[in-house]
Amino acid sequence: MKNILEASHINKYFYNAQTQQVLKDVSFTIEHGQFISIVGKSGCGKSTLLYILSTMDTDYEGDLLIDGESMHSKNSNQLARIRNEKIGFVFQFHYLLNEFSVLRNVMIPGLKLGKYPEKELQDRAMDKLKIFGIADQANKKPNQLSGGEKQRVAIARALINDPLIIMGDEPTGNLDKKNSGIVFDLFKQLAQDYKQTMLIVTHDPEFAAGTDRVIEMDDGKIMNNE
Amino acid sequence: MKSNLIFRIAFSLALARWRQTLIAAIGVMFSVTMFVTLLGFMNGLNKMLDGLILNRTPHIRLFNEIKPSEVQPIALVKDYAGYHNFIHSVKPSGGRLEIHNVGAIMNSIKHDNRVLGVAPTIATQVFFSVGAIDINGIINGVDPEIQSDLFFFRDYVIEGNYLDMKTVPNSIILGKTAADLMLVHIGDVVQATSVTGDKIQLKVVGFFQSGIADIDKVQSYTSLATAQKLLGKPNSYITDLQIKLKNLDLAPAVAKEYAQIYQVDAEDIQTVNAQFETGTKIRTLISYVVGITLLIVAGFGIYNILNMLIYEKMDSIAILKATGFSGSDVRRIFISISLSIGIIGALVGLMVGFSLSSLIDQIPFKTSALPSIKTYPVDYNPKFYLIGAGFAVLTTYIAGWMPAQKASKVDPVVIIRGK
Repeated sequence: MKNILEASHINKYFYNAQTQQVLKDVSFTIEHGQFISIVGKSGCGKSTLLYILSTMDTDYEGDLLIDGESMHSKNSNQLARIRNEKIGFVFQFHYLLNEFSVLRNVMIPGLKLGKYPEKELQDRAMDKLKIFGIADQANKKPNQLSGGEKQRVAIARALINDPLIIMGDEPTGNLDKKNSGIVFDLFKQLAQDYKQTMLIVTHDPEFAAGTDRVIEMDDGKIMNNE
Repeated sequence: MKSNLIFRIAFSLALARWRQTLIAAIGVMFSVTMFVTLLGFMNGLNKMLDGLILNRTPHIRLFNEIKPSEVQPIALVKDYAGYHNFIHSVKPSGGRLEIHNVGAIMNSIKHDNRVLGVAPTIATQVFFSVGAIDINGIINGVDPEIQSDLFFFRDYVIEGNYLDMKTVPNSIILGKTAADLMLVHIGDVVQATSVTGDKIQLKVVGFFQSGIADIDKVQSYTSLATAQKLLGKPNSYITDLQIKLKNLDLAPAVAKEYAQIYQVDAEDIQTVNAQFETGTKIRTLISYVVGITLLIVAGFGIYNILNMLIYEKMDSIAILKATGFSGSDVRRIFISISLSIGIIGALVGLMVGFSLSSLIDQIPFKTSALPSIKTYPVDYNPKFYLIGAGFAVLTTYIAGWMPAQKASKVDPVVIIRGK
């Protein structure tokens, strides 16, 4: 299978007062269709790793290949384009824009990419919302939705450009048990039915247990890479 | 498509804080309004005040000055050519005040295409006899039509018809102040004594008021023919040629040229009235400074509002950047907010400024000094409107640029991980 993402020998340092190495020679690959979780104690560097893989953090040593392309020589505009086209994000907080309707929130990254005409994009966004069972909320503003619904909208937004990979930073961290169950089932469904590649940082062992592959981290190193 | 998206995001962000946005736009509107009104009003007044003198002053005046002959007879004697001659008690030579060969000179000046027109006049000292006393005065023999065309004479005749002085023989238009002194009314007859001692009866057909008391007390107007009759001179007798040019700035050069060609004395307006230009320039400068200061203050308002908006919408900026908007996209979003505020504010400001100017234009403004002015003068020069709008857009662009730059530098990792 083709490698979607390849991290080789990634080192990362924080420089406050004294230099502290937060990632130590991290190397691994992600293949198409894998549903992966990264687990580890708080402060082990798992989120830091995710933001490096997401191309948002560019201050690191080593190389990162997404879809076979090295991210090293890209400028910020090119990286923004790659995030737009190839990566979908789900964060702990939903980050929906309250000024726009739910449907438009889902559409914004697609409008930015400009691959489909607006009308078609709207249908596609509607389809995503239908998959998640929130099509009836499409014209509401995000602040009228419940926490679980908001997070589902955020996942729909991450999917709008059919990304190579979805990255999640504790996507269920802010949700109660019932809602996090719903969101987890959605991820599972995406993995099984749509073969969507996903890389999710979590500290929830139950969540991790349900994924295809668990990367365990401790003190900036990968301990266990199944 | 893409710029449309950026504009839509900008619009909804601005709308999310519509009260502040509105206040910023009102700030720009108010500045532009004040800018165009202030400059229009100030320039209207400037033009009026300058017109007070400049309208009636010829750009070039040709005349013969009474002065001693520059070449004394002794210098023409060959025997004394190499000598240094001392001559005492030199006096001015006998008065040939008229311009020699005036018809030909006028004709040739009229065909000079720098010249708007030329008015022949005769200026002479007289005494008006009022009872037992004499009042000193100057009679100007003029052609009322030419004088009106070039120097707005018609506007200053406040009573009577200015053309009567040509049609009624031996008639005079007196200065209002002089008429009040002499206690005469239209239809009365005054007696004038010329410098040569000739007396003539003149019928008063009108009064003029220039707005400058010294002029109104001394000057009076009559036709060329009457003036020539008063002096006992033939009808070719002309003492002054008053020339108006198409371009005022050429006056000194043209004056010099004419003095040489026609062998007369020539005086240009810049030399006589140098102070006017200075006053006008300084008044205009002050108006611009005040207007531009207002616009800069409005710019600070926009700067503040955008800064606030950016702090408030940090999350939105972070997610836009995370989902693929580049730094320059974010910058464009905030610059379009600021430019929209600027453009809309400027457009409304221009309209309100125009209305306010028209309103000022309707306010009655009567002063004895300015008989032709009925309301406050306003200048609707499109230049002010262009400068006002242009500067408003420029200020808002600069005011928006700094916060937009800051927004474009927002690091999404810091915002998202900080949660």
